[in-house]
Amino acid sequence: MTKTQSTTTRDEALLTLIQKLVETPGPSGQENLIRAAVIEEIKDYAEEIRTDALGNLIARVGTKQPGGLRVMVSAHIDEIGLMVTHVDANGFARFIAIGGVSPLTCIGGRVLFMNGTRGVIGCERLEPNTVPTLDKLFIDTGALSREDCPVSVGDVCGFERPFLDMGAHLVAKSMDDRVSAAVAIQALRALKKTPHEVFFVFSTQEEVGLRGATTAAYGVNPDVGLAVDVTRTGDTPRTVKMEVALDKGPAIKVRDSSFIADPRVVDWMVATAKSAGLPYQLEVLEAGGTDGRAIQLAHAGVPAGCLSIPCRYIHSPSEMVSYSDVKYAIELLTRLLSAEIKLG
Amino acid sequence: MSPNKTTPKNSRRKLGKRQTELLRSLCDALSVSGDEQEVREIVLREVKPLCQQVEVDAMGNVLATRVGSAASKVQVMIAAHMDEVGFMLTQDDGDGLFGFSIVGGIDERQLVGKAVIVGREHIPGVIGAKAIHLTTPEERKTAVRLEQLRIDLGPDGGAKAKVGDRAGFATRYTEIGPSIRAKALDNRLGVANLIELLREAPENIDLLAAFTVQEEVGLRGARVAAYHLNPQIGIAVDSTPANDLPSYDEDGENTRYNTRLDHGPAIYLMDGATIADRRLAEWLMKTAEDEGIPYQIRQPNPGGTDAGAIHKTRAGVPSISVSVPQRYCHTAAGLIRRADWENTLRLLSAALARLDSKILTPSEA
Repeated sequence: MTKTQSTTTRDEALLTLIQKLVETPGPSGQENLIRAAVIEEIKDYAEEIRTDALGNLIARVGTKQPGGLRVMVSAHIDEIGLMVTHVDANGFARFIAIGGVSPLTCIGGRVLFMNGTRGVIGCERLEPNTVPTLDKLFIDTGALSREDCPVSVGDVCGFERPFLDMGAHLVAKSMDDRVSAAVAIQALRALKKTPHEVFFVFSTQEEVGLRGATTAAYGVNPDVGLAVDVTRTGDTPRTVKMEVALDKGPAIKVRDSSFIADPRVVDWMVATAKSAGLPYQLEVLEAGGTDGRAIQLAHAGVPAGCLSIPCRYIHSPSEMVSYSDVKYAIELLTRLLSAEIKLG
Repeated sequence: MSPNKTTPKNSRRKLGKRQTELLRSLCDALSVSGDEQEVREIVLREVKPLCQQVEVDAMGNVLATRVGSAASKVQVMIAAHMDEVGFMLTQDDGDGLFGFSIVGGIDERQLVGKAVIVGREHIPGVIGAKAIHLTTPEERKTAVRLEQLRIDLGPDGGAKAKVGDRAGFATRYTEIGPSIRAKALDNRLGVANLIELLREAPENIDLLAAFTVQEEVGLRGARVAAYHLNPQIGIAVDSTPANDLPSYDEDGENTRYNTRLDHGPAIYLMDGATIADRRLAEWLMKTAEDEGIPYQIRQPNPGGTDAGAIHKTRAGVPSISVSVPQRYCHTAAGLIRRADWENTLRLLSAALARLDSKILTPSEA
């Protein structure tokens, strides 16, 4: 049973956008398709669009007015995936993880290669009650032999699972971080009037170590920066202790294990949410990092924070977010970028 | 990825006496991370006549620029690290006995009983081992721990050495039929290759050669070198393990070889530090196929090269790595095939000659 919808009218365009983004494959380093999909969504709204050396898509809205700043907003468009390391004599493909892939969520999963090949993940026979490591797993593409196998060493795949609309909640692989890309796209489109020069960065290679945002932040050289990313929740049975829950509004990050959000940025975000009457939660994430760190450490240092979308089952093929949290996140981000920013 | 049976179209020999003697002097030099002076001197001597500009930066990287004459050029940084894994003397126990620590990645189990050289004078010594006569069956089941080992230089050698000196394996460069056995092939092969590339650099590129320091302790030299050189493309030339002996896996198929000898240069798609730029990977593979040069894709694995530092520099640098496969990497004696070395040089040389900045155009443009 699904909960009742938390908003009266459903934004079908937003749902279609999220579906399109989560279903477009793009493991780290292979962001061509998802980048093209995002360009398609923003090209009529951004004043300038470029792709940098590492494949980051950088779109500008607005020019610096008196009192305005150069603001970087970063949502990563890569997703976790797998890369083939070996195809054995019988055509089974061994693999290595791209980003944080859990063996537990792999078994029985389906994958889609960038060359269109589909496969399922199998596992060697295990001792009873043991947890497999990735090297015990393999991808079965239906090939009969090495020669017959449609993939080879270095080929990349992502997990395949269709988008599921549960009403109040939305489920898909790669909500991390395509839901944030959707939030950024919607804010970019909604941003009619801003005193700022806002650079929306759809960053690459976040899942392997914030690599895209590192070079994008250097290139943009912002006065202030925000990452938009998913964060964990503590609202499922016997899970980690964490204050964040679904349906209580977007989370304003105070700290994660990669960086401490600039307290002035946190205050600015909280004040904006309060004055607009938007629900929000404060987030302390014990394990996890975001593009916020990369922005904060660019050049001589940048005040940086992160707007988080609460998400259950992160890095599984069924990541779950709240529709209302997403809607409020879009509104909060748009408001943050629309008015003058006074830090501390 | 076929074994090395085809004859490259460009079959002009790339390796002669000059190249092998250069590799010999590079491998026999001692150049442990943080004290790369010996290799740096060889590099400076070799590259000064070839380059318009040569400098040694604050960390000790040798940055040598060979400017092309074409109107439109690509700025290509090629990095080869000069340092090697080894040891540092940490404790003087007197009488020529020194406690030591490992610099970079060396398996402790491989140290016992190895001949070593210490310092810029190459003071000969040995990491002593207890004679088998005196060991118990129990002792022989476990590895000797680093804290229990000493480098023994004898009283005369000990008087010349001091805490902080570097040490390395004493293995001398030896040619064995189609193979070469030496210490520090990682990465004197890269250094030798980069010197050769400078010698015959094409005119369509500015070759920004970085002979880097401190790669083995975390890609440190390449980081500042890339910042300084600010290239359009980055290539690390290195040597990577070949674990291609017959498998000891249960099912008989070796699925984790990393690379294989005699299969040509190893092109990287992903390691622990870098996801290679696909456009550059395609450029290298296309070059190899057009020229009939054998190549292999290095199995995506952990590990890292200078590309890991280069690609994240400034606003980003599309980067890739190419390595010569080597058995027994980071041990006292590595083993390579001359043909793999030669084909690596062939591939890099042919690829640079056809490099056009158009390959960097984003796919959607």
